[in-house]
Amino acid sequence: MKTLKPNEKLDVHKILDGLENYHPKRRGWVWRDISPQTIGEFTYEQASPGLKNFVPLPSARNIGNIDPQPDAVITTEIASGRFEDDIRRMRMAAYHGADHIMVIRTAGQSHFDGLLEGTPQGIGGIPVTRKQLRAQRRALDIIEEEVGRPINYHSYVSGVAGPEIAVLFTEEGVSGAHQDPQYNILYRNINAVRSIVDAAESKMIMAYAGMAQIDGAHNANATARDAWKVMPELLVQHIFNSKFSERVGIKKENICLSTVPPAASPTPDLKLNLPYAVALREFLSDYKMRAQMNTKYMDSSTREATVTHVLNLLISRLTSADIQSTITPDEGRNVPWHIYNIEALDTAKQAMVGMDDLLSMVNLRSEGYLQDKKREIQERSILMMEEIINMGGYFNAVEAGMFVDSGEYPERNADGISRDISGGVGAGTVIERDKDYLAPVTAHFGYNNVSQYNADYINDPSKLIGGCTFEKPEMIKFIDELDDTDNVYLRMEKTEKYRTGKLLKPEVEWLGDGTVVVDLFFPTSSRIAEAAAIETGKKMNLSSVEVIHKEILHPSEGTRIQIKGTFDFDIDVDKLVLPEIIKSYSEDEVIAFIKDNPIRVVAGTAGNDEHSVGIREVLDIKHGGVEKYGIKYEYLGTSVPIEKFVDAAIETNSTVIMMSTIISHDDTHYKNMIKLHNYAVEKGVRDKLILIAGGTQVTPEIARKSKMDQGFGRGTKGIQIASFIIDKLREMNK
Amino acid sequence: MKERKDDYLKRREHLKDMSNSELRKYFLELSEKIVDPLIDLSYKNTSKSIERSVLLRMGFSSIQAKAIVDILDENNLLKKGAGHSVYILSKKNNWDLQKAGNMIQNGEEIKYLLEYFKL
Repeated sequence: MKTLKPNEKLDVHKILDGLENYHPKRRGWVWRDISPQTIGEFTYEQASPGLKNFVPLPSARNIGNIDPQPDAVITTEIASGRFEDDIRRMRMAAYHGADHIMVIRTAGQSHFDGLLEGTPQGIGGIPVTRKQLRAQRRALDIIEEEVGRPINYHSYVSGVAGPEIAVLFTEEGVSGAHQDPQYNILYRNINAVRSIVDAAESKMIMAYAGMAQIDGAHNANATARDAWKVMPELLVQHIFNSKFSERVGIKKENICLSTVPPAASPTPDLKLNLPYAVALREFLSDYKMRAQMNTKYMDSSTREATVTHVLNLLISRLTSADIQSTITPDEGRNVPWHIYNIEALDTAKQAMVGMDDLLSMVNLRSEGYLQDKKREIQERSILMMEEIINMGGYFNAVEAGMFVDSGEYPERNADGISRDISGGVGAGTVIERDKDYLAPVTAHFGYNNVSQYNADYINDPSKLIGGCTFEKPEMIKFIDELDDTDNVYLRMEKTEKYRTGKLLKPEVEWLGDGTVVVDLFFPTSSRIAEAAAIETGKKMNLSSVEVIHKEILHPSEGTRIQIKGTFDFDIDVDKLVLPEIIKSYSEDEVIAFIKDNPIRVVAGTAGNDEHSVGIREVLDIKHGGVEKYGIKYEYLGTSVPIEKFVDAAIETNSTVIMMSTIISHDDTHYKNMIKLHNYAVEKGVRDKLILIAGGTQVTPEIARKSKMDQGFGRGTKGIQIASFIIDKLREMNK
Repeated sequence: MKERKDDYLKRREHLKDMSNSELRKYFLELSEKIVDPLIDLSYKNTSKSIERSVLLRMGFSSIQAKAIVDILDENNLLKKGAGHSVYILSKKNNWDLQKAGNMIQNGEEIKYLLEYFKL
């Protein structure tokens, strides 16, 4: 497929066409090219090069649309159950700065003894299959060209089919994966011995492919009753998987710790989390930090989750993060929606750029509480390891229920997860290798008697068979669909009418899902408000109405409710009345005209309005305002009385008034416009003046109805205003 | 584990005089003591998933790999390596790997394999 343009939609049909012959263009993990970046007047120290195509933060509109990129790789997790819809979200995410796309597996896949094939729909994630991986990697290969930065693709090497999945990932260009046998053992009840033996093979394959490995230790604080009490154990779990991986052969720079600040406000967040973050980074300084955000204490408030996550980002900046993962602020209430992936990415980008080079200004104290607490966590973790060794090693400790106990080690509350060494899924399935055991393939871990057939191939066993799929991708067997009733083609057929762009439906995760959110306030108690909200949704013609968030503003005075529901109507794009496109001349044309026809403007913000960012944007030369094209202006300041605009125009012999009016409460902005017009009429100068109003809530149409010559809304450029003035002057001079 | 009150202050006696770098060194040493036996265990053993992953690398589909490993396992042949069985059959008969795999899958060469490996 050719390179995509920003105004073209990515065609999922084309991604699926000829997939059986597609091979990814590269393998392995890519870090950002970390280096200071100067963008305009700012220099960023903890930064990486900008993107070719991007969507900057909303407020960048007033800062020259800059989109500085931080140093850390930024992760987003996308897995709605339909991989074909996730591809679109991946493209949106890449534009917002994601270069690590993580795919969550569907519930139950870790207990499936083998690989899944085809493209069945998933629950709480997607079934990870060769076809799904290849389609998404192919899409990402296109998207990374579009944004101009490599995108790391990631999923999970766990369950009872870990080694097979590691092979699949290597063949299909997956760049990183979670791999940690402790996850299998503790949370999936997969037999401990089997998990360890499989993990070594998986890690060896991942090492060969140059994948980044992320561990699973963060699950301990998501599972433990009081997350902050498992801190000593977290150090143990991290070093256990890291050291194991290092011994198998993964390069230290590709071993990443999945670390989450365990606590969240309203605990004293930083007092609990910062000593832990320092303790971890000091003890495990050989490895990379994948800073994840807290999920344990998320509720349905997206605002609250965002604040927790910004505090997590502060810890990343006070210590370090090589990969900054993001958790969508809606994860406490549903499988993430498009908009929240983007919000989470923007939160990370905004906070990291905003806290750039923080440690050049503040120091972490080298004595006192921070150091004492850090040391205590470290010592507690050592004591835990001593006891594990005394118990006879890892398996005995697991059996005894040493892990995920709610007591802060050495305290024990007898509620840890205990796994019988001869129990669990896959128990008794490990087989001892005989002396003549052979595996004639690349990246195989452990005993392998290659020399019985050819001693020259000891370091290259696959030479026995003339190379394996790792050297010869054409050997890979691609299986298409196995289920005629559950596959991507059937799903796409049902939503095809929305794929052409001619019909639209609101959407949160799947094309045409019709889901909408309505944010409501009722002046009553929460119980009544909830029932009233559902009734409101029904009367708005929504189906499947559900309350997704409830917040008490006061027990009797009011409740905020968010509902979701399905909007079951199609919007026909051809029948829409689209807002007018504001035309503009070329810069040269505008400059030439104004040189021959000097123009003076008076400008300011109207009435009691102190918002001056927007008007400066369209006035100042620095921001590409009208001044740039030779227009002289008199800036009257903020909160300018309406009369003063006209009086000043008369006084300075100006032909144009540019009035900014942001406040829209009670239609103040439109009332200001009419007042301006009336005063100009009263002074007898209306026909000599061009009256222009602007502001975020102004639309051209309503401004003209309110007697202005023109109105300009959000995102207006100086050249558009200058072009309008030229047209209007030409008309007036006829 | 049995319930136990926090006795950190008592237990830490032998750690309290260590410098930060000594403490870190000790932490890493302990981790090696826990991990090394597990590396050894993994070195000596295999599993159905490992063997299927070998067959995938030899160019078999996931469906073929599962069938071949299952029949080899039933005949106690996995300890020789699933890829090993495919390899020797292909070498002996001058078959490509696919054909050798198919023959195992169909149960036609199991007897030969048991003989070859003296089982």
